[in-house]
Amino acid sequence: MPSRTMNPFTSNAAVASSFDATDEKRSLRRSSVSRPNNRFTSFFSTSPKTRDAAALQAAVIAQQHALLNSPSPQPFNSATLSLPTISLSTATGEKSKIEERTTTLFQPPSPAEVRRIAKAHAQFGPLGSKNYLYSSRFEGGEFPDPIEDEPPYYFLITTYISYLVLIIFGHVRDFFGKRFRQERYRHLQERDGYAPLNSDFDNFYVRRLKMRINDCFARPTTGVPGRFITLLDRKSDDHNLTFKLQGTTTETLNMSSYNYLGFAQSEGPCADAVEACVRKYGVSTASTRGDAGTSDLHVEVEDLIAKFVGKEASMVFSMGFVTNATAFPALVGKGCLIISDQLNHTSIRFGARLSGAMIEMFKHNDMKDLERLLREAIAQGQPRTHRPWKKILVAVEGLYSMEGTMCDLPGLVELKKKYKFNLFVDEAHSIGALGPQGRGVCDYFGIDPKEVDILMGTLTKSFGANGGYVAADKAIIQKLRATNAGTIFGESPTPPVLMQIASALKIITGDIAPGQGEERLQRLAFNSRYLRLGLKRLGFIVYGHDDSPIIPVMLYNPAKMPAFSHEMLRRKISVVVVGYPATPLVSSRARFCVSAAHTKDDLDRMLTACDHIGDILQLKFSSGIAGGQEPIPDGLTNKEELETRKAISQGEKVVATPPRWRLEDVLKRGVQDVKAPLR
Amino acid sequence: MDLQDAQNTFARWLDNAAKRFQKMPGSAIILRYIKSSYQNDPVRSAIELFLFLFAVRYLLAPKYSTQKQKHVALTEDEIDELVEDWTPEPLVAPETPFEALENEKRPVIVGPTGPRSKLSNGRTVMNLASYNFYNFVGNETLKEKAIATLRTYGVGPCGPPGFYGTQDVHMKTEADVASHLGADACIVYAQAFSTISSVIPAFSKRGDIIVADKAVNYAVRKGIQISRSTIRWYEHNDMQDLERVLERVTKEQARKPLTRRFIITEGLFENVGDMPNLPKLIELKLKYKFRLILDETWSYGILGRTGRGLTEHQNVDATAVDMIIGSLAGPLCAGGGFCAGSEEVVEHQRISAASYTFSAALPAMLATTASETINMLQEDSGMELISTLRENIKSMRAQLDPRSDWVRCTSSPENPIMLLVLKKEVIENKKLSVQDQESLLQDAVDEALANGVLITRLKSMPAPLGAGPRDQPWQPQPALKVCVTAGLSKRETEKAGVVIRHAITKVMTRRK
Ligand SMILES: Cc1ncc(COP(=O)(O)O)c(C=O)c1O
Repeated sequence: MPSRTMNPFTSNAAVASSFDATDEKRSLRRSSVSRPNNRFTSFFSTSPKTRDAAALQAAVIAQQHALLNSPSPQPFNSATLSLPTISLSTATGEKSKIEERTTTLFQPPSPAEVRRIAKAHAQFGPLGSKNYLYSSRFEGGEFPDPIEDEPPYYFLITTYISYLVLIIFGHVRDFFGKRFRQERYRHLQERDGYAPLNSDFDNFYVRRLKMRINDCFARPTTGVPGRFITLLDRKSDDHNLTFKLQGTTTETLNMSSYNYLGFAQSEGPCADAVEACVRKYGVSTASTRGDAGTSDLHVEVEDLIAKFVGKEASMVFSMGFVTNATAFPALVGKGCLIISDQLNHTSIRFGARLSGAMIEMFKHNDMKDLERLLREAIAQGQPRTHRPWKKILVAVEGLYSMEGTMCDLPGLVELKKKYKFNLFVDEAHSIGALGPQGRGVCDYFGIDPKEVDILMGTLTKSFGANGGYVAADKAIIQKLRATNAGTIFGESPTPPVLMQIASALKIITGDIAPGQGEERLQRLAFNSRYLRLGLKRLGFIVYGHDDSPIIPVMLYNPAKMPAFSHEMLRRKISVVVVGYPATPLVSSRARFCVSAAHTKDDLDRMLTACDHIGDILQLKFSSGIAGGQEPIPDGLTNKEELETRKAISQGEKVVATPPRWRLEDVLKRGVQDVKAPLR
Repeated sequence: MDLQDAQNTFARWLDNAAKRFQKMPGSAIILRYIKSSYQNDPVRSAIELFLFLFAVRYLLAPKYSTQKQKHVALTEDEIDELVEDWTPEPLVAPETPFEALENEKRPVIVGPTGPRSKLSNGRTVMNLASYNFYNFVGNETLKEKAIATLRTYGVGPCGPPGFYGTQDVHMKTEADVASHLGADACIVYAQAFSTISSVIPAFSKRGDIIVADKAVNYAVRKGIQISRSTIRWYEHNDMQDLERVLERVTKEQARKPLTRRFIITEGLFENVGDMPNLPKLIELKLKYKFRLILDETWSYGILGRTGRGLTEHQNVDATAVDMIIGSLAGPLCAGGGFCAGSEEVVEHQRISAASYTFSAALPAMLATTASETINMLQEDSGMELISTLRENIKSMRAQLDPRSDWVRCTSSPENPIMLLVLKKEVIENKKLSVQDQESLLQDAVDEALANGVLITRLKSMPAPLGAGPRDQPWQPQPALKVCVTAGLSKRETEKAGVVIRHAITKVMTRRK
């Protein structure tokens, strides 16, 4: 079980500032009036003794408040509020001492109850304080590109050299291997008149580079991929060729699943609804939508989704990938042009290729490049015949899963008005995760969903379910129902999955468990900004927009990928590392996916781990142009950053001091600074 | 005098140039070199200079490209005008009347799918349109197992298999399928429909050769299209034609470097309902050194004593087939698809099959349900279910195929999906176009529904948009689709068969 004791700082910090609400569970109800004082309090209370006493006092007051106020208006938290022993997974020694002393106020919970709560909290952490909430939306003005910092040349050059060495080594090994260990290469060579299934060349990368770090990928898991995820321990005796399960498990902090709103849960209103649904409907509808696979549940979920995203109608599919793969051929074909963002997901490329339309790509999020392409396309028409294009479909993603960037929707809508193209937005990662109401990029930017022709999204991520949807005008959806291959031939989504979607949606909109959905949205927004700001201040190069729950931390050198992953795993944190070919050769990265299920303590644990690992692996190389600056007096906010941006856009060299905050300061200032524009 | 002036200036200029040149360090060497190498042959020097200049010009010239050649240079204002003039077509064409009808008539089931299902109009009908062949949907044990899984795993795995989405239950399902089939290994995808569309391009690339049955289903076609391989078709289930094609391909390729070659066919054809001759296919594949990809989406869980599919039915070792693709969502009533084959085949897909690598994993409860139903099929009770289903198929068939004057069944006798097409004489006598057949069959579906039996039609494949008449895809003959289920008794099945037969007769005789 993960424990914070390995992090000497947090346990102190929690107490030092615990007059305020850091001490979770109990003090939720404490008014935030005491907040402004808090820093002063912690300044003055230096002796550990007084600190303890203060914490105890705070805890007692909080509990009395909780007693008075119960039942709480927030059913989800209220159950856990009054129970002092809940956070088995996060409790530190110090805390439990306090808790022991204060349990006398309550009936001690039964061991079964304790276990149940511990399990629930391993899936969805309790909210520590009302202060850990935030609601993100676009502030208006021009939507800035995130500034992409670059490491010193030393790191870029060593990265190239690393790859060079790896490749040369690989070839040398191949050279000798093919001569002396032929049996290992047989599958790459002609065999009794059959061509090899894998071509030697295509396979080189996999065999010689990926194989070395295979243990960082496809780690098997068990249980709910919630706040924590349980890994099955495995070992390889043959350099990652095969793995043997050890029969033991490790519970790790989950920074890897696309569980943005924390709906991956085996308890609570969603799971209860799904259970009832399975009892009533069984697990399948055993048909395609075109035949007899449409049930009242499908109709209901499609209505809910349409309302949620603000379109007239929608249709659901049993896989997100296929939603894209079949949507494009049903929309465009020969004589049409698809203009696709360079970094679009494979499913979009797959669908675009199936459609038979021409495909052009524009530079990631670059509206100027898009405009140039559009002018060129409309002016020149189709190749050779110069006939005008029948339609032009611009396909972008709402939130890019490897970059953490959002599409420039205001820019796109403006271009759309001028150039009359159709706009397709894939909200796979943004639906639920962005916008004050979780309704995706349109919500975030305050743009009417009518401006976007097709809103596609997946239900695999924020909703903890499976499948995808397409939402559009009624006429479009009606046509697609008759012509989309995914509806005609693909199996229909199953009842439990549909029920998970329906109840997650209802929680978000507040139709069931009012308050819970809002809390999830605001926790996600807070957590995303908190971790991002912390990482910037520690000196990491972080990509993406500030409100994005996807946080890529740049590693560059290929050898740092496995090192980072292993170091994290040693600290019982599971992260995703990605490198070439999913990213450009030099920009290997680790990607963190923040969830509403994470508590602030989890993020502090994450920051501590990053701080240590960043020192060990020399990862703190940001130059400061992308933020993480020293605090500035109130009132100035991010004027400086604007100046920096201006300077960059004018091609000037900017002077920025590389941020290298001490961890203590990062944790101390994090909560308050998160709510101002990040810098 | 002008001329003299000019001459003087020129002479002075030459003189200067010569002096400058001589002042340059190393100029003497160059001069000596040129003199000695060209032996003072001015013609040769001139030619070489010319060639040199030409090379420079060639290198500096803009890149040659066909596209640029056709590029019409326009001013910004002209482009603005063109932009203003351009009116795109609407994103989708309006619904055709037939499509509108289809949308309107699509049944909506209220509550669970079962042998008898309640429709949104309040009527309860016999459901012969779902793939609920063994009525696993209503099975209480399966429900309990699914709920137990829900309570430990939640619903979605929230990530692709490569990024912490692989759960122990997936590994178990893979092992269960592999051991059921007798294959070395197996990989589970999150959706059955798209599985083969990713499997094919994972192996077959540009320049490789695919020989496929003309009647293969839509997903296979899309997989072939994505792979960009060279495709040759053979007549549906015609082994002689296949051999002819294989022979020709082998001859054509004899001189070229060896490429991967595949034969793709189905276990039970989605579009026709019949099955191929697997032993013969194996023989041919071995003879011509092709690999065999067998789509068992509709035969896995159906054919054979324990539902292992075509291999069991025709007594072929599953390892003799290079890749077996199957569905866990159809007859097994769970979710997802799979591909079984050798260790090498399976591991390769884990990193290069698009819909596996770039899509979230299968929900745990669907994986455990699949494991459970696979086990059930291998138990005595499961085999009983299979034989009950076969009995029902026989009873249904007896009502339709020999008895009806209008339709015949193209499906194999073991296939619970009975495809009923209009007889050839009927089509010729009445001069029915494809559209006519489709609307007649739709009428028959409506008529059967009015009498309490839900059946459907075989759907044609959506044509690519903007395709001319020449690149229209192969289309199956319009057919009624009757899905027999073991959830109904023999009597009920016979009764439903009578209803369907009468509905067809009524519709066909109504039309003059
Ligand atoms: C942008 C985008 N579209 C589509 C998908 C596919 O969704 P699913 O995992 O539900 O198949 C993904 C998932 O990774 C994605 O990132």
